[in-house]
Amino acid sequence: MDLLRFATAGSVDDGKSTLIGRLLLDSKSIFEDQLEAVEATSLSKGYDYTDLALLTDGLRSEREQGITIDVAYRYFATPNRKFIIADTPGHVQYTRNMVTGASTADLGLVLVDARQGLTEQSRRHAVILSLLRVPHLVLAVNKMDLVDYSQEIYDKIHAEFTQFATKLNIPDLEVIPISALNGDNVVNRSEHMAWYSGPTLMHHLENVHVASDRDLIDARFPVQYVVRPKSDEHHDYRGYGGMVAGGVLKPGDEVVVLPSGMTSKIAGIDLFDREITEAFPPMSVTIRLEDDVDVSRGDMIARVNNAPQPSQDIDAMVCWMTTTPLKPRQKLAIKHTTRTARALVKDIQYRLDVNTLHRDQETKELGVNEIGRIQLRTTVPLLVDPYSKNRTTGSFILIDEATGITVGAGMING
Amino acid sequence: MTETHADYRLSQLDQLEAESIHIFREVAAEFEKPVLMFSGGKDSIVMLRLAEKAFYPAKIPFPVLQVDTGYDFPEVLETRDHWVNRLGVRLIVASVEEAIANGVVVDDGKTSRNRLQIGTLLHAIEENGFTAAFGGGRRDEEKARAKERVYSHRDEFGQWDPKMQRPELWSLYNGRLHAGEHMRIFPISNWTELDIWDYIGREGIEIPSIYFSHQRRVFERDGMLLTESDFNPCRPGEVAEERTVRFRTVGDLTLTGCVESTASTIPEIIEEVAVARVTERGATRGDDRFSEAAMEDRKKEGYF
Repeated sequence: MDLLRFATAGSVDDGKSTLIGRLLLDSKSIFEDQLEAVEATSLSKGYDYTDLALLTDGLRSEREQGITIDVAYRYFATPNRKFIIADTPGHVQYTRNMVTGASTADLGLVLVDARQGLTEQSRRHAVILSLLRVPHLVLAVNKMDLVDYSQEIYDKIHAEFTQFATKLNIPDLEVIPISALNGDNVVNRSEHMAWYSGPTLMHHLENVHVASDRDLIDARFPVQYVVRPKSDEHHDYRGYGGMVAGGVLKPGDEVVVLPSGMTSKIAGIDLFDREITEAFPPMSVTIRLEDDVDVSRGDMIARVNNAPQPSQDIDAMVCWMTTTPLKPRQKLAIKHTTRTARALVKDIQYRLDVNTLHRDQETKELGVNEIGRIQLRTTVPLLVDPYSKNRTTGSFILIDEATGITVGAGMING
Repeated sequence: MTETHADYRLSQLDQLEAESIHIFREVAAEFEKPVLMFSGGKDSIVMLRLAEKAFYPAKIPFPVLQVDTGYDFPEVLETRDHWVNRLGVRLIVASVEEAIANGVVVDDGKTSRNRLQIGTLLHAIEENGFTAAFGGGRRDEEKARAKERVYSHRDEFGQWDPKMQRPELWSLYNGRLHAGEHMRIFPISNWTELDIWDYIGREGIEIPSIYFSHQRRVFERDGMLLTESDFNPCRPGEVAEERTVRFRTVGDLTLTGCVESTASTIPEIIEEVAVARVTERGATRGDDRFSEAAMEDRKKEGYF
C-alpha cells in the first residue's frame, strides 16, 4: 500500500467540508462516536441537519465562530492507498495556509461551485499550487446537482480553466464534475452525468501515479546527524544519518562532501541493523564513507559530477506569513535542509499578485499572505538547487530571531 | 520491506517510518535536552522502536520519562522495564503520588489522576530542564489533535496556544525557543491506529499483555467496562464479573475501559480495529468524555 498526500482548497461555500465529510464517510473513516458527537452538537445548536464541518473544526474557537482557523490533517484509507489530507481553510488567511498545506502535497484539490464558475479564489489557489510545484491538480466542479447536471456548464468551466492553466506550471490536470452532497462522482459514478466519461474523484485519487514525481537522478543527501556509537562493539563506526533528498545512492558510488569538496566512496548504507543496496527519497538511512573525511550536520553528500551549487546569494519566491511586513535590510534566520544560517534581505524585486499574476515592482515590502521575489545574502553558503528541480533542496523557511516564529516560506529560483 | 525496489516506491509504512526517524534525528541534533515521554502503551513503544532505529548502532541519546499515576496497570510497568533494559536508556519516573506529597499538584479527591499528570509532567520537565519532549500523540485520535503540529511550541507555563501555532512547511521544522519554553514533538503525528498495529505486527514489537484478549474482573460504568481494583471500587449498583476483554489504549486504570474481545494475536487485533465503528478514545477513555473540548482544554494546560 502506498501513500498520497493532498491539499484541499476552495472557499467554505464551495462545499469543502461536505466533500471531506463525504470522502471520510464513504471510506468508513468516521466513527460512530464522532458522528454522534457531531449530531448532538448540531442538535444543541438548533440546526435541522448534521453539520459535517463540526467533524473537521477541531478547536473550541473554530466551532464558536463556525470557521476553520488553521490547517488540519486528516486520514483515510482505501484498500489500495492511504491518504493524508491537508485540510486548509478557505478563509482570509488563505495564502499562508495554502502554502503550508501544499508544501508537502502530491496533489492539490481545488473546488469550484458550478453555479459560480471560476472565481478569483479558484484562480489564486491554482496559482499557489503551481508555485509550490504540486505535480497533480484536480479541479472538482461541485454542486452539479444545482445546475441540472449540465454538461454545457461543466464544459465552459473546463475550457476556461484549461485556458488559464496554460499560464501556469501544472503538469497534470483533471477536471471532475461532482456533487459532494449527493455523492455524484465522488466515490460512485453518477447516474446523472452519462456525458462524463472520466474517473470518479476517488478513483483518480487512488490511481494517480505519484512515485515518478521524485527526482531520482540528482543524488542529494543532507547530513542530519552523525552516528558515533562509542561502544566497544561498534568502536570505529561513523555513519551519517539523513533523509535522501534526491537520486539513488549505492555502495561504491563516488561522492563529494559539500561544502568542503572532499571526495570519497560510499562504503555502506545502513537501514537500522541491515545493510541495503540502494537508498532513494524519502528514505531515512545512515551512510558510511570509505575515508575519514570531516563531515558534520549541515553538510551535503552528492555525486562528484553532479553537485548543488554552494551559494550565499539566494534568489527566491517567498510567501510572507506574519503581520509585520518583510522589508529590505531585514535580518532573519534561515533554515535550509539541515543547515541554519542568518540571512539579510538585499532586495524585494516584486510582489506577485496571485489573482492576476501581475508583478508589482513598485511595492518594496511584503505584507502577510503576500508572495514576492526577493534576494537574500546568507552568512554561510547554502547548498541549493532550484525548487523546480528538487522540492527539498530548493526550499527554506525564514525565522524571526526575536520571536522565534516561522515568518516566511521560500522557493529558490534558477 | 524488500531490499530491491524496482520502481523506487516506498510503502506507506516505510514512508511513515522514514518521516518519524527524520524527526527524531532532527530533534536530537538541534535540541539541548530532549526526553521521550513513555507510558508503556503501544504508541510510545512504537516511538521507542523508531528512536532505536534512528540512532542505531548508537544508543538512544536521550532518557525516557514516565509519569506514574500510581494507578498504572502492572503489566504495563513490566513492559516498560523490559524495554528500558533492552535499550539501555535511562528511565526517569515522575510520580503523581510524590507530586501530591510534595504539594506540586493538589489531590482534591475529585480531580482525576489523568489531570494531575499534567502538573506532575510540567514539573518534571522544568526540574530536569528538558527543552523537547517527544510524545506519541496521533492526529487521527481526536479532532483537537488533528490541529497539532509536529513541533508543538509550549510557553514557560507549558501551555499550548492553538491560535499561535507555527506554520510547518516541507520537512523544515522550527525549533527556536526562549528560556523556559519547551517543545512537544510528535513524530508519529501522521500514523493512524491501524498503522501502529500494522507496524507492531511487521516489526514483532513486544507490547503489554493487556492489549490481547484475557479474562478480567470488570464492571460497567457510564457505558465503559472498568477494571475492578482497590483504587476504583464498585459503587452501589455496580457488579463486577469476569469477562473476556482487551484494552485498546493504556492509561490510568481507573479511567481506561476495556472492550469485550477474543482477539489474541496481532492479526486478530488488526482485523478488529479495521472494522471498529468507535474510536479508541471514544470507546475506552473516560478522560475524553467530560466535554467536547476535553482534549483541547487539557492540551492547553500542558497535556500531551
